Amino acid sequence: MSNDTSRLSIELTINGESRTVRIRPQDRLLDLLRESLGLVGTKEGCGEGECGACTVLMDGLPVNSCLVPAFQARGRTIETVESFDSEKLIHFLRSGMTQCGACTPGVVVTANWIRANPELADSFSLRELMAGNLCRCTGYDGIIDGLSDSMNEDRGGSCCKS
Amino acid sequence: MDRLEGMSKLTGEERYTDDLELEGFLWGMTVRSPSPRGTIREIRFDDSFDFSSCVVVTADDIPGPNEVRLIEVDQPVLASKTVRHVHEPVLLIAHESRDVVRRAVRAVEVVVDEQEPVLDYRKAPNPNQIQHSTDNILKRLEITKGDVDAVFRDADHVVEGIYETGAQEHLYLETQGMIAWVDADGVVTVKGSMQCPYYVLNSLKHTFACDESRVRVIQAPTGGGFGGKEDYPSMIALHAALLAVKAGRPVKMIYDRNEDMASTTKRHPAHVSYRTAHDSDGRLLAQDIDVRLDGGAYVTLSPVVLSRAIIHAGGPYACDHVRIRGVAMLSNSVPYGAFRGFGAPQTLFATERHMDRAADQLGIDPVQIRMVNLIRDGQTTSTGQLINDGTDRQKVLQQALDHADYQNKRKENRAFNLTHPFRRRGIGVAMFYHGAGFTGSGEVYLESKVRVAGLPDGRIEVLSANTEMGQGALTVFTQIASAAVGYEPDDIVIAEPDTFRVPNSGPTVASRTTMVVGKLIERACEDLVRAVGGDSDTRGQSLCNAIRAWHQANPGAQLIGEATYTKPPGIDWDEQTYKGDAYGTFAWAAYIADVEVDLRTCQTTVRDFVACQEVGRVINPTLATGQIQGGVVQAIGWALSEECIWDRGAMANAQMTNYIIPTSGDVPPIRVIFDENPYEYGAQGSKGIGELPMDGPAPAIANAIAAATGSDVCRIPITPERLMANMGLCDVE
Repeated sequence: MSNDTSRLSIELTINGESRTVRIRPQDRLLDLLRESLGLVGTKEGCGEGECGACTVLMDGLPVNSCLVPAFQARGRTIETVESFDSEKLIHFLRSGMTQCGACTPGVVVTANWIRANPELADSFSLRELMAGNLCRCTGYDGIIDGLSDSMNEDRGGSCCKS
Repeated sequence: MDRLEGMSKLTGEERYTDDLELEGFLWGMTVRSPSPRGTIREIRFDDSFDFSSCVVVTADDIPGPNEVRLIEVDQPVLASKTVRHVHEPVLLIAHESRDVVRRAVRAVEVVVDEQEPVLDYRKAPNPNQIQHSTDNILKRLEITKGDVDAVFRDADHVVEGIYETGAQEHLYLETQGMIAWVDADGVVTVKGSMQCPYYVLNSLKHTFACDESRVRVIQAPTGGGFGGKEDYPSMIALHAALLAVKAGRPVKMIYDRNEDMASTTKRHPAHVSYRTAHDSDGRLLAQDIDVRLDGGAYVTLSPVVLSRAIIHAGGPYACDHVRIRGVAMLSNSVPYGAFRGFGAPQTLFATERHMDRAADQLGIDPVQIRMVNLIRDGQTTSTGQLINDGTDRQKVLQQALDHADYQNKRKENRAFNLTHPFRRRGIGVAMFYHGAGFTGSGEVYLESKVRVAGLPDGRIEVLSANTEMGQGALTVFTQIASAAVGYEPDDIVIAEPDTFRVPNSGPTVASRTTMVVGKLIERACEDLVRAVGGDSDTRGQSLCNAIRAWHQANPGAQLIGEATYTKPPGIDWDEQTYKGDAYGTFAWAAYIADVEVDLRTCQTTVRDFVACQEVGRVINPTLATGQIQGGVVQAIGWALSEECIWDRGAMANAQMTNYIIPTSGDVPPIRVIFDENPYEYGAQGSKGIGELPMDGPAPAIANAIAAATGSDVCRIPITPERLMANMGLCDVE
């Protein structure tokens, strides 16, 4: 690949593990994840921060990893779609949250961020909160229903659509 | 049953083309035409760039014909003498560094001596613009029934209108991508994102001038298609394969979003002139319809898109005197291709907007004019197809009206509009149908074949070329096979679509996969039971035991059940006269949109949407509902916000920033109602559903906007700017 002397080392925490990664100055966080670490669950949908397919959590907040320079991730905590336990995703499956799956990693990251911060739903509708993740397949009902069912269960309430 | 591959998608484990591990590969990219039309004078390589480490492929490197084989062969794999659209592929470059190959592409200049392009398909071409046949007409088709001219001569009420729809970008979230390599036996192999492996195989055979033993196509998990991965993957597969052969190394081509939007196919723009004659009850006496499609620079799939467009143009209504004429015109834009609905959404927009205008002109209720004209069993479509399916279409419409609380909403909206200073609400209806499967004799010509294999451990593997692209084929095939043989879903295996393993069961298009290919799976399972000497009681464990016993008696042999398509009895289509049974069956639907327009901005918001459809038996309610909801929202985008802006034949807004698709915040919950009337010749009684939801939303929304504002909207997308101009609130569009 390109000239190795141009690479720099950064340390960061990814999915709970401390990692040292060599990056190029022009790399995006998305490149760091996919190319340097092989975490290819995170997808590039548009490369310009519109679609949200590349959403990851940086220090607990969702970001478009295509818009974050990799070096800005130094010392940060990054969580990707690979960090979630599949047992926590069962309502997402049942509701039809995923169809083609290309937007899904970003949708799952944002949806789980909302679950982790349920007070957000006091101020915004789920449709507003999910509006940064474009999906071309579901028409969004499967996404919103899956998130809503999961939040009900997280609250200890009953769920859901069988 | 839950989506089979759903959890691997939710956890990020699914591996798409760009995610696949590949050793020692090169990145491939495409040098494209800067001009909409002209002759290539020179290809200049910038002296300051070192091309020595790059692999470069030109048209001279193509072993066979420089033609993308589709319906015709007019489109080159790489333009060598002339170009016909901006972004037409001219040259291919590969390098192990993606950065280097990007710079290399920028260091090549294609110098074109320009000729006058066709930039408006609606205008008759000048002699110096002719590029196809003598008139730039890529295809002309006509449907006639009865004596239209005689009816119009005597008609009391004649309604006329012109309706236009724009190009639409598929915007599948995974862009086009393909990997190619030459295997140890010299077989040229491609693996990538696609709907139709055998279309890609046929184009490779043609361009590499070889048979199917020397080329191999494998579908990778595919992140959305919507028709955009029906024809275009042949192009990118040819490019990747040409580079891989020349390089002697694997090559990966992944379009970025801008390249994908700028250079791949879109929905055909359409211009429809509609004229109808009515009696004073609103009954349709005659329809006279002219359909003009923009085909773009090459023939591609335009003839069959035009075919579906004109067959659906009459709408789901009984009319004894019909003339529908259609032409697909060449223009110097990117070729238009398959997109969910395949011509029908364009003409049904015209039909259903026109029905409201006719109702308005005649002073009849928009629901009433549809109830009066809706086809009843025993009546015929525009092609003379007798409808006798037992579906109560009036009931489908009534169910939609009931769920939408249509009559009350109309009253409430009127009251609201009288009191609110700047918001206007309206509710609109569209009634429509969609023919399932290939048009006319298409399914017969395909000769689709499915195999099922009884494995030594007793499980059953389904071998078909039909692909999962998000619509749920893997899940539904598993359900169909497991129900057919009495197995648990876990004991059914769906084979990877690989042309070295699976038979040609036809393309994954035209709402045919569940209905047609699913039926073949059922029949292949019956054949498998026969192959082990079983009968109708040989199911479940007894079949499993019989398969194991067969393998013990025939060690190393393959146990195969097979089925080939045969057309249902009584289906008859005449390709020459365009008369007869255009489709084995139709799905029927009534959609209702309730909208609000803000008169200050002319922004339209869809407040409620009801989608009621008769689609045969629903095999998987979650997946079927998701198909309808997704299709409706894709169509809401087409109706309101998705506009391709053209600059000398090039898409000027080839990015998500200003090509606007709906977000979750832009659309209401889509309320889906299924009316199920099992279809005897579809798997488990199913009909096709994938395309249907694309047809109805645009006219329902346009009708609702007209009801809300009184503005006679006849062109989509109804962007705020267009509506503002239409309402006379600004001077220019």
